[in-house]
Amino acid sequence: MKEGKNIMDRIAEASKSITTGVDEKDIKNWVTIYIMGRGYRVPADLTILTAMEYAGYKFIRGCGCRQGFCGACSTVYRRKGEYKLETGMACQTRVEDGMYLVQIPFTPAEKAIYDISKEEYNINVFFKYYPELARCVSCNTCTKACPQDLEVMDYVQAALKGDFEGITEDSFDCIQCGLCAIRCPAEIVQYHIAQLGRRMYGRYDNPEPEHLEKRLKEIKKGKFDKEMDEIIHLNRKELEKLYAERKREPD
Amino acid sequence: MIKLPYYPGCTLKTSAKNFEISAIESAKILDIELIELPRWNCCGTVFSLTSDDLIHHIAPIRNLIRVQEMNGNGIVKDEHRLVTLCSMCYNTLKRANLRVKENPDDFKKINDLMYLEEDYNGNVEVIHFLELLKKTGFEKVKEKVKKPLKNLKIAPYYGCMLLRPKEVGIDDPEDPTIQAELLESLGAEVIDNPYKKVCCGSYQTVQDKYVVSELTYDILTHAQREGAFAITTSCPLCAFNLDNRQKEVKEKHQDFKQIPVFYFTQLMAIAFGLGEKYCSFDLNYINPRPLLIDKKLL
Repeated sequence: MKEGKNIMDRIAEASKSITTGVDEKDIKNWVTIYIMGRGYRVPADLTILTAMEYAGYKFIRGCGCRQGFCGACSTVYRRKGEYKLETGMACQTRVEDGMYLVQIPFTPAEKAIYDISKEEYNINVFFKYYPELARCVSCNTCTKACPQDLEVMDYVQAALKGDFEGITEDSFDCIQCGLCAIRCPAEIVQYHIAQLGRRMYGRYDNPEPEHLEKRLKEIKKGKFDKEMDEIIHLNRKELEKLYAERKREPD
Repeated sequence: MIKLPYYPGCTLKTSAKNFEISAIESAKILDIELIELPRWNCCGTVFSLTSDDLIHHIAPIRNLIRVQEMNGNGIVKDEHRLVTLCSMCYNTLKRANLRVKENPDDFKKINDLMYLEEDYNGNVEVIHFLELLKKTGFEKVKEKVKKPLKNLKIAPYYGCMLLRPKEVGIDDPEDPTIQAELLESLGAEVIDNPYKKVCCGSYQTVQDKYVVSELTYDILTHAQREGAFAITTSCPLCAFNLDNRQKEVKEKHQDFKQIPVFYFTQLMAIAFGLGEKYCSFDLNYINPRPLLIDKKLL
């Protein structure tokens, strides 16, 4: 492998065996990983997700965007000879020699049902739906488990202070993979609490956007009905052309 | 202006905001800036007495590390005191600090468990705001008084967390006077009574509010018999039990006359001439405004 080669190119090259069916003899570097206790020899540059597929696993659940955004492919692993239990997203973590791993495709977690418009905007909303929040001992295990490098404990503590802005800011990049909740010794479901906090903050601490009100009225009055109807009846080619020629708002 | 790290705790950010704001603004009058500890977490609420229960000492010690960080990044200069207002937080933080200092093995284990943080060096000193005022000097407090609390008869109430156990107590556990000294410097008439350190019922208030309301009745009526118009405290839990539980007291004792319960800092703010702007009296259950208006303090 050439020095300084872009990492994405390396991963793409290593993934060829899966994506295009390149012969195994073209793969130069190999590692052995242990999936649920069984050893597999896999190309060294693969992610855990592609390595598992290489080994023969087929994902019909526990796998989503493959871009590190959806939070579906949570993995727990230990490196050979280390005591620490690591966590990560299988699509974002490269295999390492001697890695023991297992997928956590789903986190059993109580998810409260509530109507935010009927809740009072204060700390009690957290204890009403997630009373176990009070069990936090500030051990920081959740932060260590977070594949997004969020300060999870800080946002749990923000909830304990009734700090809706804090919980929103600190949890904004949460992908709801559930690894924090799986590791928490106090059995708190951090990511659901954060979602409640963000919803309450959005509902009560931000002014109602006037332009949205206006646009909703326009939609209801049927301002865009004709255009929508036209789009719905386009064929694939016409639709592609329209998409390619669309006017884009600046990013 | 002296800059000091300050630990609020959860209650001072919610139901006891009136305690926090009056303390911060009153401290400024005394040239003390209380700077909120960045990234503070729960104090641990109750100091765990179980000998091998180290996990519950992580929360308080992590807060002490934040004091080191404040020194490290220059928010404060060589200031290792951590000021607390809530008696509960004071007690838990101070006892955890003492515990690790006295038990090197526990100290090491707790530092090991928090391996992502810098090690706690054991140099932080947890103090209560009342101690800070005493050290600043009640004479200095007196100098800053613009509206003496004349004719205001106040019975200070201490509860347990400021006084016990002895090794963390800020005053004589049997006959504390620190609040009385402060109130005198503010110009108030202090009503001393033996119920000033009788238990308020603490967390029994969750389990059975009438257990607490009977204690509240005893504590308040004794103070009233001695002539007190109001009570002061430094503990949000005591404040809840003495103030909010007057509703239940009234249910059981029709003859009972309700009496305002202040955080001592609210009276500091009034005496310093800050008015009620920084007192948030709306958070006091029994409205103290009529009393203050009657005494021409508002």
